[in-house]
Amino acid sequence: MGMVVRLRDPFMDWVRRIDEIINAVNFEGNTAKIDATGLTHKELNDLIRLCVEKGADKIILKNVCGQRYIGTRLYFPGKRVEIEIYGTPGNDLGMFMNGHRIVVHGNAQDGVGNTMNEGEIVVEGRAGDVVAMSMRGGRIFIRDDVGYRTAIHMKEYREKVPVLVIGGSSQDFLGEYMAGGVVLLLGLNSKKHRANYIGTGMHGGVIYIRGKVEPYQFGKEVGIVEMEEEDYRRVEGLVEDYLKFFRGKGVDEKLEVDEVMGEKFTKLVPVSKRPYGRIYTY
Amino acid sequence: MINRVSVTDGRVTKEIQACAVFGVMDRSGRRFDGKMIIEAMKNMRVRGNGLGGGFAVYGIYPEYKDYYALHVMFQDDDPDLKQEVDEFLYRNFDVVHDEEIPTNEEANVVDPPLFWRYFVMPQKKGEDKKLSDDDYVVKKVMYINTCIDNAYVFSSGKNMGVFKGVGFPEEIADFFMLESEYKGYIWTAHSRFPTNTPGWWGGAHPFCILDWTVVHNGEISSYGTNRRYLEMYGYYCTLYTDTEVIAYAVDLLMRKQGLPIEVVAKIFAPPMWDQIDRMDEKKRKFYTTLRMVYAPLLINGPFTVIIAHHGEMIGLTDRIRLRPITAGEKGDMLFVSSEEAAIRAVCPDLDRVWTPHGGEPVIGRLNDVKRVEKVVE
Repeated sequence: MGMVVRLRDPFMDWVRRIDEIINAVNFEGNTAKIDATGLTHKELNDLIRLCVEKGADKIILKNVCGQRYIGTRLYFPGKRVEIEIYGTPGNDLGMFMNGHRIVVHGNAQDGVGNTMNEGEIVVEGRAGDVVAMSMRGGRIFIRDDVGYRTAIHMKEYREKVPVLVIGGSSQDFLGEYMAGGVVLLLGLNSKKHRANYIGTGMHGGVIYIRGKVEPYQFGKEVGIVEMEEEDYRRVEGLVEDYLKFFRGKGVDEKLEVDEVMGEKFTKLVPVSKRPYGRIYTY
Repeated sequence: MINRVSVTDGRVTKEIQACAVFGVMDRSGRRFDGKMIIEAMKNMRVRGNGLGGGFAVYGIYPEYKDYYALHVMFQDDDPDLKQEVDEFLYRNFDVVHDEEIPTNEEANVVDPPLFWRYFVMPQKKGEDKKLSDDDYVVKKVMYINTCIDNAYVFSSGKNMGVFKGVGFPEEIADFFMLESEYKGYIWTAHSRFPTNTPGWWGGAHPFCILDWTVVHNGEISSYGTNRRYLEMYGYYCTLYTDTEVIAYAVDLLMRKQGLPIEVVAKIFAPPMWDQIDRMDEKKRKFYTTLRMVYAPLLINGPFTVIIAHHGEMIGLTDRIRLRPITAGEKGDMLFVSSEEAAIRAVCPDLDRVWTPHGGEPVIGRLNDVKRVEKVVE
């Protein structure tokens, strides 16, 4: 009586054919509405892709609850689709995304913008761990807090410089092993940032932190440098966009750019381009 | 069939996993059925692979509230095996009632073992009279689990029970008919993704000793150290899964030594030395002492656990949060989950949702501590 081990694939075993789920889609002009109730990860992404192929340039997703990889299988060079999400999208929202725009009317989970190449993600709420992991282009705006290891190994190359703006605060290891890009942490609802090990292993890019933060909270591989005129201009532009996206949607209608800019900013850059060059020798 | 490995041999018996955990508690003490947690676990189906699912429920046996409820799994059809266990239990306990745990034969599970439950009161003799009831039960459970091949006591608390096996959580729930058969005020659940050791009925979560249960997502790299330390206190790991050490460590620290979870969290996931260096003298002394006295119970490696016992449900991660956790609340209901969406699936309009820092516990307690007794009544 040996044990029969049945290996089942939780991602694929419950997937239905397109014709069995097509009723979830409702087309109006170039806008497609999808009711995500009961759809698996793959089913929802199959329908989103179908809608884009059929000419949709706006897709509204209702009743999303944990479906992963939304925005992932949409490689259509030159085409830009806007995806609006109601509910709670699952992990790896906008993973590998190339040029679209996602707005979440709610919270997001782990891995938002994982290895994203181009486009924009706006989250009207909080997000989980590893936001913007390995992100290489485009912009992400999170209204509230983010979790651990945000912007881990974010990278840039020539004109492709990813940008991440966080309205709240972050947990530990913000910008860990960061290799490029821009991270702006606004701390709008916190007196003091609690994150430790900020920028550990960082070897490229820049982190701007608004508000109180102590030197011991930084990793050994980052240094504080003076904010230059150019930095203020860049930060101000991002604050303008942040307020444009979130004013009246959880952020005070009356909050002005000047008020946000009035606080102290700390600029962090890596001390070395190869922080572990002396450790990993051969 | 799985052959027993001696508890003292050097074989590596831990595994790596990426699982789903979920816990829900009504802090008013109201008991509710399994529907909510089953739906939440279905929402996280992709976090498991159907090789392990399980539930712990508190408040399910009010008619036998004063008796230890032993859930026993017989991995072998041999009738002599059950007779051996029966004789052992009747010799050492006053067994007021025993029966097969009701199961649904239509459920989509393969090769379930025989499940039996015994409601018992200790019958201490000789040397054992020095032991408290709880310690006596632990000793007898350890005897069965280590000395009687293919019989495992996988649940041993009063007025609570663990139900687990090989399958997706909703299949295990269907098998044990959890949706209709039981009502509890705390439910915790686990969906397993075993990679290193076989999926078998005893290896599913939760792990339990007395009324302490643990569900766990992660991998404990300090398993060897933790296990050897616990053996000095009479706890033997027999279920081939690293999570077992947390259940025994919690029993040792919280029940036997009386430490509150706030302190136990700092033993499992202590602050880093550089953080301790920055504390004021009193705190520095406390954390240094804690780290030195309890070094062998530091849990290393990634983990999110949900620990429960009567009156309390706790969510905790490792100190650098290498596994996810989200907490939510709505009135008296407290939720702890691997993913926020699973909470929203069963309670869309939460009052509050948050993610604690690594090593900082989310603690749910009954609003009125006296309710604990009421619930037990």
